[in-house]
Amino acid sequence: MYIAVKGGERAIEASRALLAAARRGDTGVASLTVPQLREQLGLLVDRVMAEASLYDPDLAALAIKQACGDPIEAAFLLRAYRTTLPRFGYSMPIDTDAMQVRRRVSAIFKDLPGGQVLGPTFDYTQRLLDFGLMRGDEPAPTITPAVLDHAHPLPNALAELAAEGLVEPCVPRAGDPDPPDMTRDPPTYPLPRPGWLQMLARADEGWVLGMGYSTQRGYAYTHPFGGDIRFGSVAIEVLPDELDFPVEIGDIEVTECQMVNQFTGSAAVPPQFTRGYGLVFGHGERKAMAMSLVDRALRSPEFDEGDDSPAQRQEFVLPQGDSVEASGFVQHLKLPHYVTFESELQLIRKLRAEVAQRAAAMAFEERETPAVVAQELA
Amino acid sequence: MSPQPLLTVDGLTHRFAGARDGRPAVGDASLALYPAEVVAIVGESGSGKSTLLNCIAGRIAPGHGDIRYRDADDRWLDVRTLSERERRTLSRTEWGFVEQNAVDGLRMGVSAGANIGERLMGQGQRHYGRLREQAYDWMNRVELDTDRIDDLPHGFSGGMRQRLQIARNLVTQPRLVLMDEPTSGLDVSVQARLLDLIRTLVSRMHLSALIVTHDLGVARLLAHRTLVMREGRIVEQGLTDRVLDDPQHAYTQLLVSSVVMP
Amino acid sequence: MNARQDNGCAGPAEGYNFAYLDERTKRMIRRALLKAVAIPGHQVPFGSREMPLAYGWGTGGIQVTAAIIGADDTLKVIDQGSDDTTNAVNIRQFFARTTGIATTTRTRDATVIQTRHRIPETPLADYQILVYQVPQPEPLYKLEARRAETLKLHAAEDYALMNVKLYEDIAHWNHVETTYDYPVRVDGRYVMSPSPIPSFDNPKMHRMPALQLFGAGREKRLYAIPPYTDVVSLDFEDHPFRVESQGHACTLCGSRESYLDEVIDERGVRIWTCSDSDWCDDRRSVAGTTT
Repeated sequence: MYIAVKGGERAIEASRALLAAARRGDTGVASLTVPQLREQLGLLVDRVMAEASLYDPDLAALAIKQACGDPIEAAFLLRAYRTTLPRFGYSMPIDTDAMQVRRRVSAIFKDLPGGQVLGPTFDYTQRLLDFGLMRGDEPAPTITPAVLDHAHPLPNALAELAAEGLVEPCVPRAGDPDPPDMTRDPPTYPLPRPGWLQMLARADEGWVLGMGYSTQRGYAYTHPFGGDIRFGSVAIEVLPDELDFPVEIGDIEVTECQMVNQFTGSAAVPPQFTRGYGLVFGHGERKAMAMSLVDRALRSPEFDEGDDSPAQRQEFVLPQGDSVEASGFVQHLKLPHYVTFESELQLIRKLRAEVAQRAAAMAFEERETPAVVAQELA
Repeated sequence: MSPQPLLTVDGLTHRFAGARDGRPAVGDASLALYPAEVVAIVGESGSGKSTLLNCIAGRIAPGHGDIRYRDADDRWLDVRTLSERERRTLSRTEWGFVEQNAVDGLRMGVSAGANIGERLMGQGQRHYGRLREQAYDWMNRVELDTDRIDDLPHGFSGGMRQRLQIARNLVTQPRLVLMDEPTSGLDVSVQARLLDLIRTLVSRMHLSALIVTHDLGVARLLAHRTLVMREGRIVEQGLTDRVLDDPQHAYTQLLVSSVVMP
Repeated sequence: MNARQDNGCAGPAEGYNFAYLDERTKRMIRRALLKAVAIPGHQVPFGSREMPLAYGWGTGGIQVTAAIIGADDTLKVIDQGSDDTTNAVNIRQFFARTTGIATTTRTRDATVIQTRHRIPETPLADYQILVYQVPQPEPLYKLEARRAETLKLHAAEDYALMNVKLYEDIAHWNHVETTYDYPVRVDGRYVMSPSPIPSFDNPKMHRMPALQLFGAGREKRLYAIPPYTDVVSLDFEDHPFRVESQGHACTLCGSRESYLDEVIDERGVRIWTCSDSDWCDDRRSVAGTTT
């Protein structure tokens, strides 16, 4: 006797229990604490905050623990949490020129005011696995806390160029309209620049990296130079209704990249370098730089550069870049689709039956021609 | 009383943003096109002829100038201020645009029959059998093998794709057809037959056409009048035979004299 | 599982607003829904929120249900026609936790039915609302991926592309090849995607007495069909839309009018059973053959 499948709820409960056990792993091994994750997997924490568009290192670390280290699952957890948070308003724009810089490099000058501040980075290491770390050796610190925490503002490398008019000015659009809020409003294409910058800022790093890389490989090459790439902390200020001066409510760490790109001119304006911009939460140079390449590519309509390449097309780059959306939809193919599949089965069986019928009819006709019959009689 | 033109262009000027020396792609272009008339716009590459055509088609919004079109109801429309919707409707009914590269003017992912029938379906025709009949009819008219009505354009040669593109455009009996280098890139013999076809169709259907070409032979064969462009400006215009046999402007003389006669 | 779980509306679990979403968000969604009802079949963009279930797994339907559900509602959730599939269970639990309202598996007892990929076999009435989960709201997307372009096509009522697709199907297969998510024309104006329901279900949408709401969370659109609205599947005059019978009867209840799932049982035998589990149970209890 066929018994209809029941017990879906019980199966789900069991699955959840299995997941909890998998997440904990070998109970003979110490459980990770949230502070450990926050302190020692900082770059992963930064990436999760960026893609969740929520700045909270402790919650990001918790999400990473709960998600067994999967960055997209962690970003998803954090975004879902973000939805429940009350919103008080918008801060003033952050001033990255006033950033307390911990690292700043510029590729367009050998030396410049403020200097090249190397800071903490993998760039000057050799990528050799350190088996001492596996044994649990921690090297004695050679940096004093004073040096560790040292940070100060540096003038922007593009300031001189901008003063001479060599690079296009960074000015708000006419009338200084409010930017859309892409975490609240659905996108309407084509988006204005503030809209796509927001979407890129929280897009999947791998996707933005690939898109940015494509421009360097010839799919809309924009002649980029690393103008000013900086990482450090910036103050967050809000302007409460009751006061008419801004109040600082804290600070966050961000990474900013200002690319200097292909110059262009017209009858009205002499040739100038153009810009590409990238900004992310935390320490994310790769993401900020890739973002700035894509930003410049998306500006192609301003410069009549066409849209032959994927990185120049908003509707190709932006919707597919959202890791949480992409992950959800790709993986939704695991959900039952047997009803729609059944209707496909129905059609394909019918079509095959028709093909077989036609073949049989043709074979029959071929058989029954006088020549064939004569041959068979012979 | 002289007939009214179908299309007028006045003082059209357009500059692209990245232009190095601020020279306009099209500078102060003016022309008129009359019903059942074919006008060729000739010039070397970079002369601005394609830009001029795209401005007329409403694909580029020119910096300055006037473009007016007289529609089937005898109303004068300002092409620059047409709404997106009006422009789209016009380009699927009263206008046609034959692209230089057929891939840009066809739906490569659907069959020849669907390509031809699309405009008719856009006008609300919903009878499959009749749509198919019209597709057959047009394939015959452009001398395409009707056995290939269900084939994708991928398998068509360059000349066949252009014929398909022409059928796709002419099926709604447009009043104005714009063509951007319709035969370049094709074999000489294929070109010749295609030009013959275009000439026949244009005269039978009393079409007005604006044809951009770098090939003076195309102008000679198809056009009543010819405009010569150089560096964005129209330097000479007139009856085709007169312009090609008795060029007045130094540049036209140069053009004409440099044509290699077979 | 009980046919009807009456919690007497215990209210949401600690820490949650009723139905999870904050009141402002619900208001935003309701405004979008009102606009959708006023323009049948037209896709209305809305500020879709991140929900605790993944995009692609029903967040649009969930947000619509969350915006309209009230303390006296009774909710039924189905996926592939069944109340017991994992997605349906997950969503029903979500609403039970965040609202405390009554839930049911019986179509007739439900005031709000959220569904994925099927319309219930039991005809719906005017006291009911059917909420569809929609993966891809844009019927033209396979032919034109750009939203900026499809927006213009809808506005201009330019559906040539849709007809081209149907023409191609008939030219190649002699049938329309679309077997699910078959596009429809609503109130004689907008072409709409009915969500991936089998075309078998399309006729049920026509002049349905219940309100039909469609939510696409990832794509951030919602749309609606008001009660008693004309919904016509696209076709050609000489190739009219037809529902094909599967040619089998349900092994359990004998029905020949409902949509059937094909199942291989433990003995390796292919049998057919109603996709709509409530419908099948109903028929069997009426016939006195419930197991």
